[in-house]
Amino acid sequence: MAQKTQSAERELTMSRAMVEAIATEMRESEEVFVMGEDIADYGGIFDSTQGLLDEFGHERIMDVPIAETGFIGAGVGAAQSGMRPIVELMFADFFGVCMDQIYNNMAKNTYMSGGAFSVPMVLMTAVGGTYNDAAQHSQTLYGTFAHLPGMKVVVPSTAYDAKGLMHNAIRDDDPVVFMFHKRLMGIGWMPAPDGPKTGVPEDPYTIPFGEASVQREGSDVTVVTLGLHVHRALDAAETLADDGIDAEVIDLRTLKPLDTDTVLESVRKTGRLVVVDEDYRSYGVTGEIVATVAEDALADLEAVERLALPDVPIPYSRPLEDEVIPGVEDIADAVRMVQG
Amino acid sequence: MYDDMVTARYYEERLQEEYLEGKQPAFDISAGPIPGELHLAAGHEASGAGVCRHLRDVDTVTAPHRPHHVAIAKGVDLKRMTAEIFGRQTGLGKGKGGHMHLFDPDVNFACSGIIAQGCPPAVGAALASKKRNQDSVAVAFLGEGAIDQGGFFESLNLASVQELPVVFVVEDNDWAISMPKSRVTDVEDGSRRADGFDLPGVRVDHDDAVAVYEAAGEAIGRARDGNGPTLIEVQVHRRMGHFMGDAQAYRPDEDKERATERDSIERIEADLREQGVEDHEIESIREKAHDRVNEAIEWAKDQPEPDPEEAYEDVFTNSPSGVEEIEPMLEATGGDE
Repeated sequence: MAQKTQSAERELTMSRAMVEAIATEMRESEEVFVMGEDIADYGGIFDSTQGLLDEFGHERIMDVPIAETGFIGAGVGAAQSGMRPIVELMFADFFGVCMDQIYNNMAKNTYMSGGAFSVPMVLMTAVGGTYNDAAQHSQTLYGTFAHLPGMKVVVPSTAYDAKGLMHNAIRDDDPVVFMFHKRLMGIGWMPAPDGPKTGVPEDPYTIPFGEASVQREGSDVTVVTLGLHVHRALDAAETLADDGIDAEVIDLRTLKPLDTDTVLESVRKTGRLVVVDEDYRSYGVTGEIVATVAEDALADLEAVERLALPDVPIPYSRPLEDEVIPGVEDIADAVRMVQG
Repeated sequence: MYDDMVTARYYEERLQEEYLEGKQPAFDISAGPIPGELHLAAGHEASGAGVCRHLRDVDTVTAPHRPHHVAIAKGVDLKRMTAEIFGRQTGLGKGKGGHMHLFDPDVNFACSGIIAQGCPPAVGAALASKKRNQDSVAVAFLGEGAIDQGGFFESLNLASVQELPVVFVVEDNDWAISMPKSRVTDVEDGSRRADGFDLPGVRVDHDDAVAVYEAAGEAIGRARDGNGPTLIEVQVHRRMGHFMGDAQAYRPDEDKERATERDSIERIEADLREQGVEDHEIESIREKAHDRVNEAIEWAKDQPEPDPEEAYEDVFTNSPSGVEEIEPMLEATGGDE
């Protein structure tokens, strides 16, 4: 991957890369602050704010009561007042108690005010399973957040991308939902795969929204995915290469805006598409990508396979969770199927 | 009451051992015989035992993410609960729920892993009881970190205006994960929040199971007699981290020490001795509790893991027409090599 070679001098975990971007933006502007549960003294349950309290203090790294409607709505208000809040919803699963503030204020106020207000807010949230925490703490919910207009939705899969996308998110004048997968963060108690820890330049840089990343070039089949499953797809591609199948792996990186051009270009080349998502299958990312390709590149499309969570709440027990979350072998099998 | 408390304490000590077994030397949350998060309630026993002693099987209890002591006091099947925590097929939820999501309809016990979200369902159970002219009551347990949630306030209001037979039990251990109570609220006595809804609020200090028992008796009696809801706040102590693996770097050592000094179990033992209960009787209760716990854990560990195909079952009670049974995706397309 090109980005790794650009910055091989220093490797960071994804959480360190995110924190570095936040710290840089906070030094640049007094308007940037962070608000959420256990983000100060604890440093974020998933290390998303680790170390920030020491430099910035409780005034700017604000622990708040467990009352998401209140503090996420307050983030919207602060953003409309011209500040640049970064607000954490500890688990994406918890959106239910505060979705009105997210969907009806954060996402819509710019539109409803005819552009009179902007809401330059980042809503960070942890997603994903693979550690047996059951149905209320393991969902990915990309589709839920990307479904309603008005928010930009970002899903990094590497430290390099996390830093660049976070800089962009904080500088963006619109609300951005920044969905990080717990398994990618590089937390001590939840080992990450090798992939997300990458070289990261010390200087600030941005990665524009709406530009997917071709993580592996290939000629036989296009695998479109995001988050943790980028790394699983890359592992599957290595297995498939041994069988003589050359898979191209595309990391979407942002869901809103969605880089359909990169996907279409790849499908026009390979003619075969596999979409992999850790969110539910129905009405989700896989359906969206397949529909987009069907609309714009139907003639080039020879075979399609979708791999996502079947429409079941995420079960607790290890064999059950393993069954429903797509694994490396599942992805390899799906690719073999479209190969025919 | 004492037997519920020692059962809960020993149960959690044993769970802790089992949990850590596969997670050392390096702590990996997804390794070992008990996967996922584990929130232990050591130091909370007084509230579960003191309240549930007044309840019958038909009465409803909703518990939060730290549920074991409440479940034990409510009479949840200990073996099946343990099997659930180990993710086994014969667990309460067939391995689908895990330790934060324990459901036992035989004793009307339910859990939620989301803060304060057990309050509205408890109000609903109380509403059902009132509509059916029954005298069953509902009790919602929650932590003091949850009492800033809108769902809690809305539940108090609805319960009050409808005069529903529900009791809200706030377990105040002073810590919401890493946040001390003093930094999230200026209202030190959480039971005062009842004032805003014109319902009685009572606070019980010092992990005192007997005082909890008395306060709960009054509140539950009031609810059963059709006189509406009560809010009880119980001072407990969190002897452990928020979850297993929590290093508690945010927590001053003095506070950790204070939490272990104030022990509800030692306190009730002192009370028992004062009342003339002899040491051998106390020891006998302890032994019985230990045997029961060991038996449940051994039984649970012998239970089979669920078959992966079971992941697709129980999404609906009755699959609606037009909704096909979910099938494993790759099997449906024949990709299994």
